[in-house]
Amino acid sequence: MSAVAEAISPRTLTHLRALEAESIHIIREVAAEFAKPVMLYSIGKDSSVMLRLAQKAFYPGPIPFPLLHIDTSFKFREMIEFRDKYPASIGAELFVYRNEEAIADGANPYKLGTQKCCGFLKTRALLDGLAKYGFDAAFGGARRDEEKSRAKERIYSFRDAYGQWDPKNQRPELWNIYNARIDKGETIRVFPLSNWTELDVWQYIHLEDIPIVPLYYAKERPMVVRGESLLPIENDPPLMPGEKPQMVMSRMRSLGCTPCTGAIRSNADTMPKIIEELFLMRRSERENRIIDHDQEGSMELKKREGYF
Amino acid sequence: MSAGAQSAIDEFLEQEQHKELLRFTTAGSVDDGKSTLIGRLLYDSKGVYEDQLASVKKASVNRSAGPIDFSLLTDGLKAEREQGITIDVAYRYFTTPKRKFIIADTPGHEQYTRNMATGASTAQLAIVLVDARKGVLPQSRRHAFIASLLAIPHVVVAVNKMDLVEYSEEVFDRICRDFREFARDLHLKNVYFLPISALEGDNVVSNSPRTPWYRGGSLLHILETVPIDLNFGEDMRFPVQYVVRPTLDFRGYAGQVASGVIQRGDAVMVLPSGRTSKVKSIVTFDGNLAEAYAPQSVTVCLEDEVDISRGDMLVKPSRMPHVSRRFEATVVWMASQPMNVDQPYLVKHTSHQVRAQITRLHHRVSIDDLSKIPAERLELNEIGVVSVETHRPLFFDPYTSNRTTGAFILIDPVSNLTVGAGMIAERAEREDRKRGGLAGVEFERSRLTAAERWERAGHRPVTIWLTARTEVAYLLERELFDRGCMVHVIADDVESHLLPELAKLSSAAGLITICTSASDEQAERERARDLVGSDQFFDIDPQSLSTKDIDAKDQIAKLLEARGIIRPDDRGIGGDGI
Ligand SMILES: Nc1nc2c(ncn2[C@@H]2O[C@H](COP(=O)(O)OP(=O)(O)O)[C@@H](O)[C@H]2O)c(=O)[nH]1
Repeated sequence: MSAVAEAISPRTLTHLRALEAESIHIIREVAAEFAKPVMLYSIGKDSSVMLRLAQKAFYPGPIPFPLLHIDTSFKFREMIEFRDKYPASIGAELFVYRNEEAIADGANPYKLGTQKCCGFLKTRALLDGLAKYGFDAAFGGARRDEEKSRAKERIYSFRDAYGQWDPKNQRPELWNIYNARIDKGETIRVFPLSNWTELDVWQYIHLEDIPIVPLYYAKERPMVVRGESLLPIENDPPLMPGEKPQMVMSRMRSLGCTPCTGAIRSNADTMPKIIEELFLMRRSERENRIIDHDQEGSMELKKREGYF
Repeated sequence: MSAGAQSAIDEFLEQEQHKELLRFTTAGSVDDGKSTLIGRLLYDSKGVYEDQLASVKKASVNRSAGPIDFSLLTDGLKAEREQGITIDVAYRYFTTPKRKFIIADTPGHEQYTRNMATGASTAQLAIVLVDARKGVLPQSRRHAFIASLLAIPHVVVAVNKMDLVEYSEEVFDRICRDFREFARDLHLKNVYFLPISALEGDNVVSNSPRTPWYRGGSLLHILETVPIDLNFGEDMRFPVQYVVRPTLDFRGYAGQVASGVIQRGDAVMVLPSGRTSKVKSIVTFDGNLAEAYAPQSVTVCLEDEVDISRGDMLVKPSRMPHVSRRFEATVVWMASQPMNVDQPYLVKHTSHQVRAQITRLHHRVSIDDLSKIPAERLELNEIGVVSVETHRPLFFDPYTSNRTTGAFILIDPVSNLTVGAGMIAERAEREDRKRGGLAGVEFERSRLTAAERWERAGHRPVTIWLTARTEVAYLLERELFDRGCMVHVIADDVESHLLPELAKLSSAAGLITICTSASDEQAERERARDLVGSDQFFDIDPQSLSTKDIDAKDQIAKLLEARGIIRPDDRGIGGDGI
């Protein structure tokens, strides 16, 4: 569907097309102004949208930077399959980086706790991965609506030579003019989806028919039912006595590592149904007067997703 | 998809494809009720929005009653204020069946001019909150001033806490009158006045029975219906961001249309080269377009092989922007280090980044009464009118007619920080003339190419920069002329700041140009090098020249021979020998 045909009145863009145009502008700026950009590819829905936008930005040329996946070794099999197939099918170059040392040491969340585990397998691995290839700008799929504290995040987020976010060094961003000056050793994270909401992302995936990991769609899957939670049994999580996997119609709302990602009961096996489900969940939250529940929720997600 | 097979959700999704995006900003003094208002908008609109799908599905909705502290929704900023952390612009999102909204929520305290300007820069609408009990305060003026400075097309003056003044029409009218009174000089385009109670919800999402005297729409109604004009004027401006060149057969210029409409078949001019061509195609991932308009991101291909790179701009030859190295601008200073005249900065303007200097600070502008205050420098959060001089010409429009090509940021080349935000003034052209400058001259609009001139002249139009050797310059001119060159001296009797432009003019005409400056004018020399191009520029080190003029002349001639600019002297052999 062309952008023109969708326009509401002549020469205005729909909200999704306006967001798309803004994101493409950002991606092109970074490609033009940085020596060695990379796109962090988490295999999730936001990454999928970001990847499509990168394709659009340089069409008919190839994406002029590689993708980088930080592999914790705890990803779902379906994620890895998707990762190894889809980017290659659109001609994108993909690097995978793992903190092999920590993985060999048997790092896992049961032993270390989630936070430490993420620290080794995600944060450390990410910094090492960026340093290994000398990347100076890294695209991430984070959105400002994910939680309150992100509302002020810049589109260009500056990191010092140690990869640390430096609050003093964050620059005002006016209009669509981005200050890309950095010193040697410094890097930036770029968030081209800053102004997208979760609903925008799903709608765009639907509109553009963007392939996503099948785990997002409901299917009969083997799960361990523990109270309200559904635990995926991939990678052999430690089970309590008497717990046995059973087939449950379910799906993932977000994709992370198998030990830290819960599934939800769902019949949403198409994109419209997923969007509908998202709505109904929000409405019930609203009716129960749990203000901002989705935001608090996504903070959890953020932790699980390994926020870049 | 047949209509019958369409489920409620499909219908809903279809509807969603017709929604526009409105960005707005909110400003108010502390405790005017900004958090409460935003919280209510976020919360109530969620209700409206979700009920919409629910009603399509014929599901029932159980609204729960009871007061909610709406300001909790946005209290992120408050916590920070208490902890003394830097307060910043926070972006929030909500949607209704008609539009999606992005709120740039800026703290209202007076020292946060910088944040307000940031939030306002992308906004098409500003909500200025006024407490009904307090009326128009100095803060309200500041907010309105910044809205006008950043040229926000729509300003909603929301008189809040109407519940505390018994919904009095009189109070409301008086505040409107006060506001109009001081806003007379502000050139605000569209102003709406609105009585609300953020706490009680009056006139926020729907019209309130408690203000029967109020005839206008609710806040949400205004937000959902104000025209969104993103074309920023008629004139097409397409700054090139990136050259897409996957194969030898494809060369496309990627960018976001800054303003106007570009169509297949349009005659376009490339700045700064002045070359013209036609739009062959407008390429996107989703297929080629017949036209593209602001703010679409597309890739443009031209009929002719033209050398274009990032920072260039496509325009229509009949509707040119200003092309100049000098302009006047209003600057909001954003750094704790003050702005000083004659310090080097970088100007980032569209996809162009150039070295620049603030040549003059005309005055500071008081954000309280807009008066002009003499000033030596600008401190953080101060606003001033300055003259800017860039090392290479920019292609721009006044900010009031184009919010994209009229805007720039200033970067400190040492700290790399963004230190200022600038809005180019109308007066750009007049300023150039007044100063006798040549910066506005469009050197490269000629239909003759440099190559044609070179061929005719038999030599490249190099520029030779001499310091304090006027006699050598004239001797060299004679020598080169006699050897068949087209040559021209620009001597130190012109004002030195004009030398670079004159050199450029002369070299653009195809002449070998000899510039003599009286003393070592480093800045002018570097600017000249920039303008004519370093490969065409010979900077003669005075130390290396013989003190005898005639020998010095021969030295330079030899140098030009050695560099292949002129042929070795063959007059003795053929021509006029006896
Ligand atoms: N009576 C009344 N109180 C209000 C209204 N709007 C806000 N308030 C109260 O004014 C105080 C400051 O509001 P808040 O939204 O925190 O102001 P902010 O500092 O501008 O964000 C709070 O106690 C609010 O409950 C209103 O329309 N009517």
